[in-house]
Amino acid sequence: MMQRALHIDPVKCTGCLQCEMACSYENEGVFNPAKSRIKVFTFHEQGRFAPYTCTQCAEAWCQKACPVEAIQVDKATGAKVIVDARCVGCKVCTIACPFGTVNYNSVSGKVIKCDLCGGDPACAKACPTAAITYVDADWTGIDKMRAYAGQSLAGTA
Amino acid sequence: MAWTKKVLRVDLNNGTCTAEALNMAWANEYLGQRGLATKYLSEEVDPQCEPLGPDNKLIMATGPLTGTMASTGGRYSVITKSPLTGVVACSNSGGFIGAEIKNAGWDMIIFEGKSPEPVYLYVENDEAELRSAADLWGKSVWETDEILHKKHQDPLLRIACIGRSAEAGCLYAAVVNDLHRAAGRSGVGTVMASKNLKAVAVRGTLGVGNIADPKAFMDAVNDGKQVLAENAVTGQGLPTYGTQVLMNVINGMGALPTRNMREVQFEGAEKVSGEAMHEPRASDGKPNLTTNAGCFGCTIACGRISTIDKGHFSVQNKPEYWGNSGGLEYEAAWALGPDTGVDDLDALTYVNFLCNEDGMDPISFGATVAAAMELFQAGAISKEHTGGIDLAFGGTAALVQMAELTAKGEGFGKDLGLGSKRLCEKYGMPELSMTVKGQEFPAYDPRGIQGMGLAYATSNRGACHLRGYTVASEVLGIPVKTDPLATEGKAELVKAFQDATAAVDSAGLCVFTTFAWSMENIAPQVDAACEGDWSVDRMLEVGERIWNLERDFNMRAGMTADQDTLPKRLLKDAANVGPAKGRVNDLHKMLPEYYALRGWTADGQITPETRARFGI
Repeated sequence: MMQRALHIDPVKCTGCLQCEMACSYENEGVFNPAKSRIKVFTFHEQGRFAPYTCTQCAEAWCQKACPVEAIQVDKATGAKVIVDARCVGCKVCTIACPFGTVNYNSVSGKVIKCDLCGGDPACAKACPTAAITYVDADWTGIDKMRAYAGQSLAGTA
Repeated sequence: MAWTKKVLRVDLNNGTCTAEALNMAWANEYLGQRGLATKYLSEEVDPQCEPLGPDNKLIMATGPLTGTMASTGGRYSVITKSPLTGVVACSNSGGFIGAEIKNAGWDMIIFEGKSPEPVYLYVENDEAELRSAADLWGKSVWETDEILHKKHQDPLLRIACIGRSAEAGCLYAAVVNDLHRAAGRSGVGTVMASKNLKAVAVRGTLGVGNIADPKAFMDAVNDGKQVLAENAVTGQGLPTYGTQVLMNVINGMGALPTRNMREVQFEGAEKVSGEAMHEPRASDGKPNLTTNAGCFGCTIACGRISTIDKGHFSVQNKPEYWGNSGGLEYEAAWALGPDTGVDDLDALTYVNFLCNEDGMDPISFGATVAAAMELFQAGAISKEHTGGIDLAFGGTAALVQMAELTAKGEGFGKDLGLGSKRLCEKYGMPELSMTVKGQEFPAYDPRGIQGMGLAYATSNRGACHLRGYTVASEVLGIPVKTDPLATEGKAELVKAFQDATAAVDSAGLCVFTTFAWSMENIAPQVDAACEGDWSVDRMLEVGERIWNLERDFNMRAGMTADQDTLPKRLLKDAANVGPAKGRVNDLHKMLPEYYALRGWTADGQITPETRARFGI
């Protein structure tokens, strides 16, 4: 099956946090932005919002850094998934990740990160503006490409 | 469940914070937020107390759906006795603080007494304590927000606070949260200042669980989100233009109050409209509007994020105002613009920024400036009073200067902080005050939209559009189109809107959902979230109970039914132009029917039968 990836278009984001609630509800059973694997950042002065989460690196530094092999690949989705039973909460992966998208959960004593909800990400379903979509992992640029193709057709690019 | 079933009681006299159980018997009758907090206020506060004295209380309340995934489920309200009106104040705000209070595990926070020194409340889940605000007193909302974030080294802290206008005693000061959302009306910020309470800083990481029927809840939530997305108003109009979508519409129908409500159409309306906010500026090619924004959980996202033209006189050499911040909503744009005769979009945006920065209700501020301009024209006030400023209608520079003065409580701004009613009384022309029960009107002229006249006259917090928004029916045709110039059927319409709105507010939802949602969309969300059976009928009954409780509080506070009226200008002076030309508001044709429908006596008293029906 075709692999998919979360695709984030910050221009469409309104900062409503539906994604954060969907994520925490899916993973923790409560509406709780504090326990979301995806975070929306507000850049007030610039009037911009940006959702951000794990990009599921092909060569995942978090995985390489983990001393107990608690981060494994979900072959169906390509997601790097925390195996709670193995995670010892050492937090080395949170340091190794260049993007800060693996974080420690002091309640469980384990780390948490996006696991693509097993291939049906709740954040993308909850987003009211399609700022977060779940698309062909090999063609995340296709909307941008189409937009520029349209401009070239109109002779403006 | 959805309620956390916990109340945080903050005794400012003694500096203590105590957890107590939520009164669930009351929650079953009043649902949450507006209704439930009014019940607490009504039971715990003498309605005749001095609003700015230690006996008044200030309640910050969430609803059962606050903090859940229900669209717009992030609302909270500030409930107290108003210093502006002397009756109940309940000011609703979005942003993120409401959900954060809920996430910290609290349904409401009750502040009582008065702190001997300036303090702020810091809440981290179960832990709550008062801390010194000595370094915050005298700071603006924006400065306070920045200082607290730095002090706590926590960018995720959510903050609600007052600005300098509240400290200076401005009677329509707001409680501003998340920099540019506000519990704006009736002077709730003034009450907060009177208690020496500068800010409430909250961090909640517990989340909202306890949903009674999670599957039914998510189904109802997703159905509701879809209805909002597919509706023309909530799916397109509001995200694109915000509430400012109304400026040209209301002006066209001759119901845009202009120059202190003397006229009903404004020649400059288009220049300050939602459409104008999209137009590229000549100077830098950028539009006023940068983007729309959503409050917590909101899938409509009507919020405006705007910039001011850097070359505009109001912000020259003031780079602190060159970035983005909360832009103009319709009511603010109207009060600051058409009502004062000013048609300069950048100036209105700047004054709106100042209202956020120092916590002033832009509706009351703009309407009070409009009254001052008419007093100036009539010769009742002169440049001697204004510090040399020419207060003629349409004076852009004067509006800007007045905002700067009122924000800090300086010069003539001190007089403007009194509000329109007290200002006009002070200068001997009370008839020029466009207020009901001491609160300034919002942006719909009741000569051209008859039902709004009754809604204003009977609103439990003084003139207000958010207590019974019959504009939805009379202008937009929601849920059914009624003739804005007719009075027939308006008593029933106003009552229906008032009751439904009280229930929506009390759930923790935004009233803007009701452009698309009926109670048939809302009740299933409440029903699935909360224990017990929350049918459409029960929601409406709760709404009507809340309305009667607010009325009862007001009557006990000393309000009389002859205050259920409008300024003479709207009852005697006919509209001069437009579709409503020749019309006044025919309140007398609607009010007796309204009292009868409410189960009140002909002189506006709640009958014993109605009291018994609602347990009041």
